[in-house]
Amino acid sequence: MKKILIVDDEPNIVMSLEYTFKKKGFQVFIARDGSEALELLENNIPDIIVLDVMMPKVDGYQTIKKIKENEKLKETKVIFLSAKNKTSDVEKGLQLGADKYLLKPFSVKKLVSEVDELLG
Amino acid sequence: MSSLSLFVIIILYLGILFFLAFIAEKRATSKWVNNPYIYTLSLAVYCSAWTYYGSVGVAATTGISFLAIYLGPVIAAPFWILILRKIIRISKQHKISSIADFISLRYGNNRLLGALITIVCVLGTVPYIALQLKAISETFEIMTLSVSIEKTKVFSDYTIYIALLIAVFATFFGTQKTDASEKHKGIVASVAFESIIKLLFFLIVGIYVTFFLFGGTEDIYNQISSSANFTEITTMNGFENGFNWFFTILLSFFAIFLLPRQFQVSVVENNREKHLKKAIWLFPLYLLLFNLFVVFIAWGGLITFGNSNNSEYFTLLLPLQHGNYFLASLVFIGGFSAVISMVVVSTLALSTMVSNNLIIPYGFLDKFSRNQNDKNARYIKGIRRVSIFVIIIASYYFYFYFSVPLSLYSIGLVSFVIISQLAPSFFLGLFWNRGSSKGAIFGLIVGFLVTLYTLVIPVSISAFTNSDYFVNQGLFGINFLKPYSLFGLDFLSPHAHATFWSLFFNGITLAVISLSGKGNYRERNYAEMFIDTRNYSKLGDSALVWKGEAYVADIKNVLTKFLGLARTERALSLFFRKYDLPPDTQMADARLINFSEKLLTGSIGSASSKILIANVVKEEEISLVEVLQILDESKEALASNKALNEKTNELTQLTSELQSANQELIFQYKQKDEFLDTVAHELKTPLTSIKASAEILQDDFDEMPAELRNKFMGNIEQEVDRLSRLVNHILDIEKLEHNRAKLILKPTNMLDTIEKVTRNLSQLAKEKNILFEIEDVSSVIALYDEDRIIQVLTNLVSNSIKFSDKPKGKISFSFSQKEDFLEVYIEDNSKGIPENDKNHVFDKFYQSENQNTLKPSGSGLGLAISKQIVQKHGGEIWLEKTNNEGSIFVFSLPFN
Repeated sequence: MKKILIVDDEPNIVMSLEYTFKKKGFQVFIARDGSEALELLENNIPDIIVLDVMMPKVDGYQTIKKIKENEKLKETKVIFLSAKNKTSDVEKGLQLGADKYLLKPFSVKKLVSEVDELLG
Repeated sequence: MSSLSLFVIIILYLGILFFLAFIAEKRATSKWVNNPYIYTLSLAVYCSAWTYYGSVGVAATTGISFLAIYLGPVIAAPFWILILRKIIRISKQHKISSIADFISLRYGNNRLLGALITIVCVLGTVPYIALQLKAISETFEIMTLSVSIEKTKVFSDYTIYIALLIAVFATFFGTQKTDASEKHKGIVASVAFESIIKLLFFLIVGIYVTFFLFGGTEDIYNQISSSANFTEITTMNGFENGFNWFFTILLSFFAIFLLPRQFQVSVVENNREKHLKKAIWLFPLYLLLFNLFVVFIAWGGLITFGNSNNSEYFTLLLPLQHGNYFLASLVFIGGFSAVISMVVVSTLALSTMVSNNLIIPYGFLDKFSRNQNDKNARYIKGIRRVSIFVIIIASYYFYFYFSVPLSLYSIGLVSFVIISQLAPSFFLGLFWNRGSSKGAIFGLIVGFLVTLYTLVIPVSISAFTNSDYFVNQGLFGINFLKPYSLFGLDFLSPHAHATFWSLFFNGITLAVISLSGKGNYRERNYAEMFIDTRNYSKLGDSALVWKGEAYVADIKNVLTKFLGLARTERALSLFFRKYDLPPDTQMADARLINFSEKLLTGSIGSASSKILIANVVKEEEISLVEVLQILDESKEALASNKALNEKTNELTQLTSELQSANQELIFQYKQKDEFLDTVAHELKTPLTSIKASAEILQDDFDEMPAELRNKFMGNIEQEVDRLSRLVNHILDIEKLEHNRAKLILKPTNMLDTIEKVTRNLSQLAKEKNILFEIEDVSSVIALYDEDRIIQVLTNLVSNSIKFSDKPKGKISFSFSQKEDFLEVYIEDNSKGIPENDKNHVFDKFYQSENQNTLKPSGSGLGLAISKQIVQKHGGEIWLEKTNNEGSIFVFSLPFN
């Protein structure tokens, strides 16, 4: 069973993604910001993380830096979700080690196919 | 005594003087020749044969009025510190070598004025020198007992030889250097020596007469008091005589400053200003001693000889009468000393004036500018030497042909009156800056003409024709034009009368012409310098305003012609060093022009040096207007410099303002960027939710449970609300920020407005157990747009409700009515706002991170919009206080 961590401060978005990935058979973890996510990641190693960029407290960028520092999470894929659509933002995200960068508003189907592709 | 032996005595005495002068020249820096006593004694050149012999004559015939001639200098002495020091200072600065130079420099280096003054001085001095020669001649006769020499042949008269010997002496020691402003130590030393000799021998004869021939002063007095005209010669005759005294004193007061020989010894030959301090009391003392025995000698003579025509020579006649040839010889030597010093110094002074102010500027300048310096120096010396001889010979002829019928005293007074014509331009020039060269020239001419008419002509006519017609009838028989009582002024003696009218017209002319014109820039400049000597030294070379251009090389050329190459180069290098100019400076500036003029002044006089320098200087005429402009410009330059400074400061300030504005702009741009980012994020987030929910519903609508389906549909509705609220807020703030929102201001009761807000929010408040409290006042009327203020209050109150965490919530409203505005306080007991957020609560999209973990429902624009609304009303909104006990928000609204 594949594990997915969804990190977003928007409850409605989280609800949609949770529904979608549960239906696909993922074990779904949820965090409402970066710090919650990192806390959660101490005991769980998901296959993939869907990470929102703009969040209160610890944002997506800070979170991915911490993730990439963690040896245990080396295999874990990361997909950025962001409304920031400038090239510089996308590049920054990819530079920090994200595997994909999806622009909001995204299609759920597109996200699912990206996740499938990353997990082979 | 034979005339030959007397002549030998004279030669011997002259030999001593030569030797003395020679030694003094050799040891020119020695203390023996540079001390205040020598200076004071040289001033005694004032006491000529006129004093030596003439005073006794006056005392014998008209009484004590001879004293007036010495009272002037005594009165003048205290003023020396003030006036003479100033003159000395100016003269040293400008290398002034004569009074003609001095006065003409004051009036802008005026060539004509210098020449006129020279002429006046010559005309005033030649008879004076003649008077000295007359004294020599007559005393020579008395000594050799040749009662009357037939004066048919000039060369049979010893006087001419004596005069020529004096001329040789004056030439030898007076023209050693080309620069006439340099000191003549030899002459000064000999004059000082002669001053001792004449005083000493005069005192000896005085004592001899008083105490040996008579039984002391009392004896003489007793004997004379029984004589017929005793009262006449011992009293002042009333009011009119008082005037005569006054004018004689005035004349001698002027003479001590203006006589060419006095200017020579007191100013040109002065080498230390401080010598004046001693001179101001020593010189009057000298005069006092000189006059001590005058009266007794005169009385002794009168007692011995009766009313004699030869009363002027009582000093000689008395010892001779008693067979004391030795003493008579001493007296003769004393008188001879008085003559020599007067003649030598006078001719020296006059020759300098004649060469520098008359001959060189009017004829030799062209020649000079072509010649080499050694040749020029020879020429200049030559001119002076010839001048000395010409003056002495002219004096001799004057004496020979004109002086026989005139007394020493009357010639002396005529000379004084002529010389005193310089007084108005001299004294007014020192203290009145308006005096102009034109005024000085015309004043001098007018004064001189009046002197001629009122004194010289009538005296001459009376003396030579023995006709009193002119004196008694006046010109054309007009009473008012009688020369001795012009315009009916008939109570003064002829010389006092002439003094009064000549100086009156002279001064009036000078004043009127000076006042009617403004003078050119040169004389204005010099006037300022002469009058303000204190600032003068500071001004120095740069004191003059000058416009034009000149090459240093050209000026150097001119200087070399007079000073020689070595001196010129030394002077220029000193100049360049003084003003810190490079030694290869090409263009001369005003300072160099002035400096060069000064350098030449000593050699050729100020007028000539000005002309010479002007030849190589392409000087443009500067009008007074331009001078004033230049002055104004420099003032303006100072002012504009100040203005420039201010401008620079302003600019610096502007630049820094601009920088900060720029930073502000960058900041705003970034903010705008961030704002747009934030807006995009805030818009896209609900859109993402809506899109996701819609997708899920579309795919799984049938298979998902109804409850979940409703939830997704609710999400969509919620997000759409959020979207529309956000869009509204963004539009609203856009409108407010860009002044497109119109306020509808009406006097409204704030209590009613608050009532409406609390009613709207009462449901929310009840849910969180919050009570509203409103201050108990009857009404709070202010002028505002009620809908907008409801918006503000709603934002504030819903925030309070949102952050309320106490079991019993409370939101209270209170008011404070200030002079111009109303303050509304909204106080709650919510959890407060964290320190970090305090300063940002009114920022756009700023949402406290300290809120509930659940996303708050705000758009992040509520307080930003509130702030805009309040500011639109002319008021302010701020967070008065916040902590975990609660917060106080305040907004103010102006009453009008």
